[in-house]
Amino acid sequence: MKPEGLKLINEEGLRVDGRKPDELRPVVMEVGVLKNADGSAYVQQGNTKVIAAVYGPREIHPKHLTLPDRAILRTRYHMVPYSTDERKSPAPTRREIELSKVIREALESVIFVELYPRTTIDVFIEVIQADAGTRTAGIMAASLALADAGIPMRDLVAAVAVGKVDGQLVLDINQLEDEYGEADMPIAMMPSLGKIVLLQLNGVLTEEEFKQALQLAKKGIMKLYEYEQQALRKKYVEIKPEEV
Amino acid sequence: MSITPTNLRIVSTLKKHSMASLIEKGLRIDGRKLNEYREITIIPNYIAKAEGSAYVKVGGTVVIAGLKVGVGTPFPDTPNDGVITVNAEFVPFASPTFEPGPPDENAIELARVIDRSIRELRVVDLSKLAIIPGEKVYILWLDIYVFDHDGNLLDASMLAAMTTLLTAKIPKAVVKEEKNVELNKEEKIPLPINNKVVTVTVGKVNNKLIIDPTVDEEQILECKLAVSISEDGRIAGMQKMGTGVFTEDEVLEAVKLAKEASKTLLAKINEALSKVQ
Repeated sequence: MKPEGLKLINEEGLRVDGRKPDELRPVVMEVGVLKNADGSAYVQQGNTKVIAAVYGPREIHPKHLTLPDRAILRTRYHMVPYSTDERKSPAPTRREIELSKVIREALESVIFVELYPRTTIDVFIEVIQADAGTRTAGIMAASLALADAGIPMRDLVAAVAVGKVDGQLVLDINQLEDEYGEADMPIAMMPSLGKIVLLQLNGVLTEEEFKQALQLAKKGIMKLYEYEQQALRKKYVEIKPEEV
Repeated sequence: MSITPTNLRIVSTLKKHSMASLIEKGLRIDGRKLNEYREITIIPNYIAKAEGSAYVKVGGTVVIAGLKVGVGTPFPDTPNDGVITVNAEFVPFASPTFEPGPPDENAIELARVIDRSIRELRVVDLSKLAIIPGEKVYILWLDIYVFDHDGNLLDASMLAAMTTLLTAKIPKAVVKEEKNVELNKEEKIPLPINNKVVTVTVGKVNNKLIIDPTVDEEQILECKLAVSISEDGRIAGMQKMGTGVFTEDEVLEAVKLAKEASKTLLAKINEALSKVQ
């Protein structure tokens, strides 16, 4: 239940953390953060912190799990026990099982899986601090990690959640807005192709509000797409002085 | 961990081609239009021992939902509300691809999509289900069982879930000494309901959108968008499923299609209800 007197949007039209309705949280993205994984990335959106890593394409045992004409994808979205207010059991919850599925399906439409028959590509996402938007941060980290692993993709994936709080649509909701808001709509896209790879809606919207929410999400996604490209360039293009 | 399924149902390439080329022309292999449901049968109160139940058949898909009621403690963050739990199981005999064991990711996803639509729309007025506020509340278990899989399990399951809730009669709670609560099975009251919701799953094949795919048609779908629609025409939940992609226009068209088709489903529910009352 919403605490009495809690206003998610103040008189000046600003949100609980001082953002405008169409403003993203501060973003940090870093590629190649782990030594062992073939590809890895760290994504921070406000207080949400996520690490993703990729192994593969690699062999899989038992072999009957493979497909003769394409790679299979194995994806795990997982929240570590200390990532939440109350300790979260490390065992997979129903929520994590569902999110692992929708993230896998989103990434399968992006990766050229047909290039690596009889192999697996493993994507692991660990949420180390949760403050809403963990699946969207996770899918961006996964897409950066896949790029870092050199796996051919149609595009990067950028993702954001649009919410409805105090009757108004807002971009990139935080935990308070998620808890006490009226709707939460995570969406992931291949931005330069304009294709939606993940779309969920938890809450109630009219058709008109949904149209507006899509536009708002697209705006945020284009910004996040730029940050992703910058993060990749920072690792692969920038010439560091000591290497000259 | 979610793994790309490898035990898919096998449909012959010829059949796949003919289904796809028919859809391209606006036709279906079973003679339906692209936006047409198969025959729908709804039988409320199918299981006498359950507090509410419904048998739903959509084409060859058979789902039975049932509601059982108990007394328990509320969640700390909603001390004055009853509790509803939605669970779904795909029984092994419902399809050659189903295995015994705990619900897999598909069953969990289906249950969670239904749960979210019911919860967000406040379909059940949980605030009226407190017995001793903060201490004892009604606990509702809504169990959805799929007995035969001929495609579009989600829409059929939501129909069964919604009909179950609408026709459920729960035993009246009696508070005894020392705050002991007993359920009086002799005196039953209807479940307090605020709203109705149905889910319409829209599938995409070669840039065409279809509703109510059969299990064979599901093998040629690139992806699906499930849209839950309330009786007053609002969107009460969405879930993209499958590995393909949607354009923005396709999503907006899917919502329109779903809104239109939701009227058919709501009419079916209301028709079934009118026979009960």
